[in-house]
Amino acid sequence: MRGITKRFPGVVANDGVDFEAAVGEVHALLGENGAGKSTLSNILTGLYRPDEGEILLYGRRVEFQSPRDALDAGIGMVHQHFRLVEPFTVAENVILGDHRGEGRSFRLRRRAIERRVGEISRRYGLHVDPRARIWQLSVGEQQRVEILKALYREARILILDEPTAVLTPQEAEALFATLREMAAEGRTVIFISHKLHEVKAVADRVTVLRGGRSIATVQGAEATPRSLAALMVGREVAGPERVESARSVGDIVLELEDVWVTGDRGADAVCGVSLAVRTGEIVAIAGVAGNGQRELAEAVAGIRPPARGSVRVLGRAIRAGDPRSAIRAGVAYVPEDRLGTGLAPSLSIASNLALKAYREPHVSRGPLLRLRAIRDRALELIARYRIAAPGPNAQARQLSGGNLQKVVLAREFSGRPRLLVAAAPTRGLDVGAIETVHAYLRDAAANGVGVLLISEDLDEILALADRVAVLYEGRLLGEFAAAEADLEEIGLAMAGGHDRR
Amino acid sequence: MVRPGGRLRIERRLRQPRWLVVAVPAGSLVFAFLASGLVLVATGHDPLSSYRQLLDAAFVNNGAIGQTLISATPLAFTGLAAAAAFRMRLFNIGGEGQLYVGAIAAAAAGLYFGGSGGPSAFAIAAMVVAGCAGGAAWALIPGALRAFFKTNEIITSLMLNYVAGYVLTYLVFNTESYWRQTTGFNAAVFPTSKPLPPSANWPTATIHVQGGVPLPLGAGIALLAATVVWVLYRRTRFGFEVQVLGDSPRAAQYAGMRTRRKILAVMAISGALAGLGGASQDGDFRHTLDADPNGLQKQYYGYAGIVVAALGRYNPFAVLLVAFLVGGLQNAGNTLQGADFPSGLVGVIQGLILFSALGGELLVRYRLRFARRAEATPVVEPA
Repeated sequence: MRGITKRFPGVVANDGVDFEAAVGEVHALLGENGAGKSTLSNILTGLYRPDEGEILLYGRRVEFQSPRDALDAGIGMVHQHFRLVEPFTVAENVILGDHRGEGRSFRLRRRAIERRVGEISRRYGLHVDPRARIWQLSVGEQQRVEILKALYREARILILDEPTAVLTPQEAEALFATLREMAAEGRTVIFISHKLHEVKAVADRVTVLRGGRSIATVQGAEATPRSLAALMVGREVAGPERVESARSVGDIVLELEDVWVTGDRGADAVCGVSLAVRTGEIVAIAGVAGNGQRELAEAVAGIRPPARGSVRVLGRAIRAGDPRSAIRAGVAYVPEDRLGTGLAPSLSIASNLALKAYREPHVSRGPLLRLRAIRDRALELIARYRIAAPGPNAQARQLSGGNLQKVVLAREFSGRPRLLVAAAPTRGLDVGAIETVHAYLRDAAANGVGVLLISEDLDEILALADRVAVLYEGRLLGEFAAAEADLEEIGLAMAGGHDRR
Repeated sequence: MVRPGGRLRIERRLRQPRWLVVAVPAGSLVFAFLASGLVLVATGHDPLSSYRQLLDAAFVNNGAIGQTLISATPLAFTGLAAAAAFRMRLFNIGGEGQLYVGAIAAAAAGLYFGGSGGPSAFAIAAMVVAGCAGGAAWALIPGALRAFFKTNEIITSLMLNYVAGYVLTYLVFNTESYWRQTTGFNAAVFPTSKPLPPSANWPTATIHVQGGVPLPLGAGIALLAATVVWVLYRRTRFGFEVQVLGDSPRAAQYAGMRTRRKILAVMAISGALAGLGGASQDGDFRHTLDADPNGLQKQYYGYAGIVVAALGRYNPFAVLLVAFLVGGLQNAGNTLQGADFPSGLVGVIQGLILFSALGGELLVRYRLRFARRAEATPVVEPA
């Protein structure tokens, strides 16, 4: 790709970017959110057309009219925000839009497709049931489907946008092995990330983007996380390091007693979890997505009624299946699915910031909303949380991932919570935004809020949590004091290799 | 593989400039007039004079606006009804049936209270309330099915339109109900419905333009209803919840909003608006319960209201404006058709205008562009 420039109203997303990947290499594209990585990959996959510049594929100039052209040319993409049809099965999603292979036949040969999908998934260790429906799958499993889709199409160039965000260290390692194997087969893997150690671990070469420009291309072997970070943000940054702060741990805020929750598939997703979170404490639940995290979080937030057991906040039971009762009790919830659950994407930022507070007297007077108060509050929160937004009336969907999360956090913190449930709060965010989110979580705990952090990112957990428990297949396995926990041991428990207690 | 050059592509607009909201409908109208001009020329009519006649008949001639208001008033109610529900992505297609049931209930109220010798205002108020209640009750059937059993409201509300139509006909034609005229010479020959007593007839205000335009009470109520809907959806907690639910039901649940209640309430509001349209038909225009299968039921106000709501982009005041324009178009069609201007031709022009107006909506959200000639896409096997 030479001199690629793409302008959007108000921003230049790519400004004369040069990018080159060779056959048989894993090439990492590194940059913060908003650096132009996604735009560049969208151009390469035919979703956008560049305003300037050209794309050369195996030495020949190509111009993609649509994503289908790019797919036909052998470019596959695993998006960060999944492109899956929720009511369809895994196999159906895999052949969706495939106009050359099985997907072309009028009558779908379901069994053959499922067998083929099953083969690929076994071969690359991407375990997922081809007959499961997408909405039943966890975020992590859905991502595997995305990877399967590209592999099924026999993509020769595979672009992965933040693929490891939902994987355990072991799984990520397995994926890296897959990627290297694919490169060895003569494919080209373009790996978009802002996790430095991953890039270092897997990439042959690394191209760094910053502010829409290509800054440098370096050999993976020669780079250090520190040097890459410096290139990426243009200054020296520290990784997530444990900050010991004097927090006074007090009374119990959240008490779970033998909680059982039924998942979407009708099976027990959470099996007899008992746990307590005290004020000023960060308790982390580690585990790979799909092991009951979402169901547990939703039970605490009152969204999903537990089948058995009790959820008590400050000693009072949450009315099962009534989120409003949880909100009143002081439970703030940062869901892992920001844009679909945490926010109403077409509504304004101001409306989204008032999503929970609209019932309160400072925002509404009787049945009437105080529109000016909502707007003023939005302006104040945008300024305080440094949300990069065109204004309070901009649609939420226009914001980048990091800013979306800031909107959610700003809203949840402004409700003066007693308990904060944060699910994958930094998934898909860049280094700068992660630092911010971590600081907010620490502040919350320092202010006496009990924090239940549900995360797959062990670095994050070890940096933040006081205690760690591992959720595996709906059960809590082991509990570690984070300060003395061993990464390997927790990772092992996440993969189910730990003895059940 | 070589792709043919110069393909027309449709792309989603990254943003929607404000001027489009005005330019696109205007452009659509011009396109419609050009297209129907071709039809007119082909059938040996002078397009320009036809359009002139159309405009005159709709808005300019003596009494034209009065006639247009008569056509527009029911469309305003059903348009508001559809807009109120569609805002929450609750697709109430049952405005038609809700209008009938509103008309039935309002006629009963008018006959009962109008004949009791009480003040006219009381009888009229009773009709308004009964119309709302009847429409709301009918809409609550699909509403409750949706809220409690997740039944698709499009299908249930649509099917109930036919049920309501048959009930309406049955009440006067197949049974000696309260609504049927059972005494007098005509009643013995042909089933008719009871006329409303004079005190149940809705008054008309006169606007002093064009030599006096009669403004039906229903038109005034429609304006009031539009204002109420606007305030409700823009300025209240209820409206905020409806907006969130319309955009993301999961986010609404997450924020602790009560989805079921909102579905029931919005369906009831939507049905009440359509039912008001039925009450206005009784009180303003027909002065009886029009149960004739070729009468009220042939007007399809409920379905036309869906088009009106879509063209008005679910904005209550825009719905009123669109209802007025579409009412003018209908009224002009009635006036225009005659010996040398077949009614089919009127339908063609009306259809073309509505078709381009709706089709033009696409251009607000998408844009067309011609793709440049594509380069050959090489197919290279992996090394």
